[in-house]
Amino acid sequence: MGQVATNFAYLATIVAFILALKFLSHPSTARRGNWIGAVGMVIAIAVTFAQKSVVSYWEIIVGMAVGGSFGAVAARRVKMTAMPQMVALFNGVGGGAAALIALAEFHNIAPAPGRLHGDISVSIILSALIGSISFAGSLVAFAKLQELIQGRPIVYPGQQIVNGLLLAAIVAAGIAIVAGSEKQWLIWALILGSLLFGVLFVLPIGGADMPVVISLLNAFTGIAAAATGFELENNVLIVSGMLVGASGTLLTILMGRAMNRSIANVLFGAFGQVAPSAAAAAAGTNGGAVRAATADDVAVMLAYAHKVVFVPGYGMAVAQAQHDVRQLAELLEARGVEVSYAIHPVAGRMPGHMNVLLAEANVPYPQLKEMDDANNEFPRTDVALVIGANDVTNPDARNNQGSPIYGMPILNVDEAQSVVVLKRSMSPGFAGIENPLFVNPKTVMLFGDAKDSIEQLIAGVKAQ
Amino acid sequence: MSHALTLSFEVTILVLAIFLGFELISRVPTLLHTPLMSGTNAIHGIVIVGAMLVVGLGHKDTLTTVVGLIAVVLASANVVGGFVVTDRMLEMFKKREPPSAERAAQDGAAADGDASKREAPPTQ
Repeated sequence: MGQVATNFAYLATIVAFILALKFLSHPSTARRGNWIGAVGMVIAIAVTFAQKSVVSYWEIIVGMAVGGSFGAVAARRVKMTAMPQMVALFNGVGGGAAALIALAEFHNIAPAPGRLHGDISVSIILSALIGSISFAGSLVAFAKLQELIQGRPIVYPGQQIVNGLLLAAIVAAGIAIVAGSEKQWLIWALILGSLLFGVLFVLPIGGADMPVVISLLNAFTGIAAAATGFELENNVLIVSGMLVGASGTLLTILMGRAMNRSIANVLFGAFGQVAPSAAAAAAGTNGGAVRAATADDVAVMLAYAHKVVFVPGYGMAVAQAQHDVRQLAELLEARGVEVSYAIHPVAGRMPGHMNVLLAEANVPYPQLKEMDDANNEFPRTDVALVIGANDVTNPDARNNQGSPIYGMPILNVDEAQSVVVLKRSMSPGFAGIENPLFVNPKTVMLFGDAKDSIEQLIAGVKAQ
Repeated sequence: MSHALTLSFEVTILVLAIFLGFELISRVPTLLHTPLMSGTNAIHGIVIVGAMLVVGLGHKDTLTTVVGLIAVVLASANVVGGFVVTDRMLEMFKKREPPSAERAAQDGAAADGDASKREAPPTQ
């Protein structure tokens, strides 16, 4: 296949990806969008097989069989609740691939001094550096969400100085390569340093901020892919990679904005640093007492309410309680109770996490209220039923300037007549900070697994 | 084509792609943020093309073969896993005609994803 034909075929892929992103923006066309993207990818792979320079097929076929079957099995088997870490994992391997391509390219074209164009060496360094950071950072994000390592920020004195020095060393290695030193060990050092930096950079970020980090690393991988496009003089890589780089960056900014924090604050704020002292103070939970209720008490409150707002969070996702929640909602509606769901943009572990789960449970879209609408409704709500949500309901975000989440927009559930919090225990949320909502006199706690508790509530409401 | 000329075209399309990327997703409702992230995640699996170009070369040494092969494995996992996970998420948005059609229409109207214009629920 000639270069011109190849480029036109790659253009078809680019158009497919653009349409995919466009269709992914609407609920009614989103699934089709994903398929169009997949078709674009198949075209790109077929065209690449037909390229003149590609003559050795077995490595490609073996590699695709191994990687593709791993991806398919992992993606099929994963539970809906584990989707965020799956996205992190697949993002990471993409970044790893970009870094390896850079390594191979440098190895192949560097031996003769001066053969490397300046822009090619810059691209190689960028894809090695960004790809490695994305790979290592995504694996740490995966490990945090999978709870292989603790989700709370891991901080130590001088952390930012260590990270800064490491980054400076990596950049120095990169500059040495661009300046003409084409020694092989430099690229290895650059990749190893970037991997280490990726780990160190995500470790101090708390679990509550993981969605923003995954989104950022997703954009990183896109940029790394675009850089490999410059190395290989390949348009489809440049355009597709940069589309992801740009849209991922915008998505990251939007998510940061939803939390009323700058991206820099998310990345370098070492969220939860004040948590140990706050947690100590909150052992007595600021003098207030926690009221525990039985499922029957709560069932009565719900059955005789005029308006109930469900506030789902990660606890609902973990317990897989979304179907039971919908069932409870329908039961209440049948009794004439007005029911809606208040969705915080960053409830759960990913933006839109709650929407996905509730859609799975066939909850009608119009009942899902975004934050501003929901906050208008709380003052006339009889019962706000918080199902495993914590940080997104924490009134400290409004009232306590010392709180690490001060300024984050929250769901004002404490404006409802009464609040019921379903929670496994009194342990703090993922951000590692205490929640004064739990000791509010309006609040009662219903301890237990969210699914069990909801099932008991269903039984309780039926008995009324 | 000279190298500098090629580079100038490449930079041009790069810059256009940046603007297009921003433009395409500025209208996405929060509802679709997770699937969108997952979908773009699948799209950057395009690095598989780069991996294929590296490992598909006729004359290459062991290091290139091994590194390229691993790159193909990783990129394939990204592509297949990315599209399958996205499809599984979107499977849940299957048609519930009246609400979803209205919702889509409104999302088109409310350009910056502002939720304030959404109608009250049909209950009561």
